[in-house]
Amino acid sequence: MNFGSLFSLLWVFSVLSIMAVGGGTSVLPAMKDFTVELQHWVNEDQFRDIYALGQLVPGPNMLMVIVIGYHVAAIPGAIIAFLGFFVPSSLVAVGTGRVWNHFEGSPWRTAIQRGFAPIVVGLMLAGTISIARTAITGDSEQIQICLALAAIVFVILYFGKKMNPALLILAGGVAGWIFLR
Amino acid sequence: MDIPDSNPEPEKRDVGASMPDSSAPAAGQPKISLREIFLTFLAIGATSFGGGVVAYLRSSLVEKKQWLNDDSFLEVLEISQTLPGLNATNMAVLVGDKLRGWPGAVAGFLGMLLPGATLILILGIVYASNAHNETLNAVLKGVGAASVGLLLAVTLQIGRRQLEHRLDVAIVAVTLVLVSFVHVMLPIVLLTVGPIAIFLYRPRTHLPHKADDHTYDKRSTD
Repeated sequence: MNFGSLFSLLWVFSVLSIMAVGGGTSVLPAMKDFTVELQHWVNEDQFRDIYALGQLVPGPNMLMVIVIGYHVAAIPGAIIAFLGFFVPSSLVAVGTGRVWNHFEGSPWRTAIQRGFAPIVVGLMLAGTISIARTAITGDSEQIQICLALAAIVFVILYFGKKMNPALLILAGGVAGWIFLR
Repeated sequence: MDIPDSNPEPEKRDVGASMPDSSAPAAGQPKISLREIFLTFLAIGATSFGGGVVAYLRSSLVEKKQWLNDDSFLEVLEISQTLPGLNATNMAVLVGDKLRGWPGAVAGFLGMLLPGATLILILGIVYASNAHNETLNAVLKGVGAASVGLLLAVTLQIGRRQLEHRLDVAIVAVTLVLVSFVHVMLPIVLLTVGPIAIFLYRPRTHLPHKADDHTYDKRSTD
């Protein structure tokens, strides 16, 4: 392990942390660019697998950065990636939270919120496409199965009754075990 | 379980002394211990599977603990969603800070993230040494495909609520095309589309005259 790679981890994930407007999904394309294309820390299949691991644990699925850090520099890498991704945005949150009420009723506060709402939705769609590009792969039969899985989950969650998405994620894992081997 | 921050020196909230004291708990309210903040967020962090952490937070913070009322919960949520970072961690540090200043923020942060972080580290180590296990790959592939459906559903649910006007849809489209198809780096997208979007939704009453009332002017009330 060298300090250069730890520093890169800290730098990359801190940048992503500050850019994560609207949550983790917004930075997925950038995270893939940085970690797969630019730094070659993981390959595209590993990125998909690691994202899937993030879905299986409680808490934010962006805890996946820990596994990317682990791939780069074992436990120290995991810790640095975690701190890099979660600490900067939290510091910004506390700092802003304390001055936020100064801007109560400021029309610009509303303007910022209104302006960023559609940007966040656009970024989330981009994040969805980014994951879809890596998650829906394989030969044509596998692609069809993956598409079917994604479609079923979407229809149930979007049109169906309220249910815990974690169950559908687990069901996806079981379906993968049966159909995608 | 060891709780790193359950035993702080009884420092006053001097970090926040120069700040507006909106974050101080109401006078006369008993001080909530850091241990309790940590354990409360630990419980949320350990059980909030599959996203939707806001629902868990509300049920715990507003209904069970009554640390926040509905209005202050919404206010904290609004800040969390506007700022960079994840809702879950932003909420944890903001509520922790509201209750006990910086030590409270740290307690909330650690409680929220430690369960998932520990678990994913274990899974990650197992994964790293079984990266070519076919069964594991198949399971994760299924999870990945299912999460595409989940992401799309969440995104459209949020989008459906927020986007009522053509201007919104245009901003969504521009952002999406720039990131997904033109592959413009995220910082550049945020620094260009962001100011333009804010400008388009600028406070219009400050304008000397308003030529036409676009539909989005109605939004100024919400």
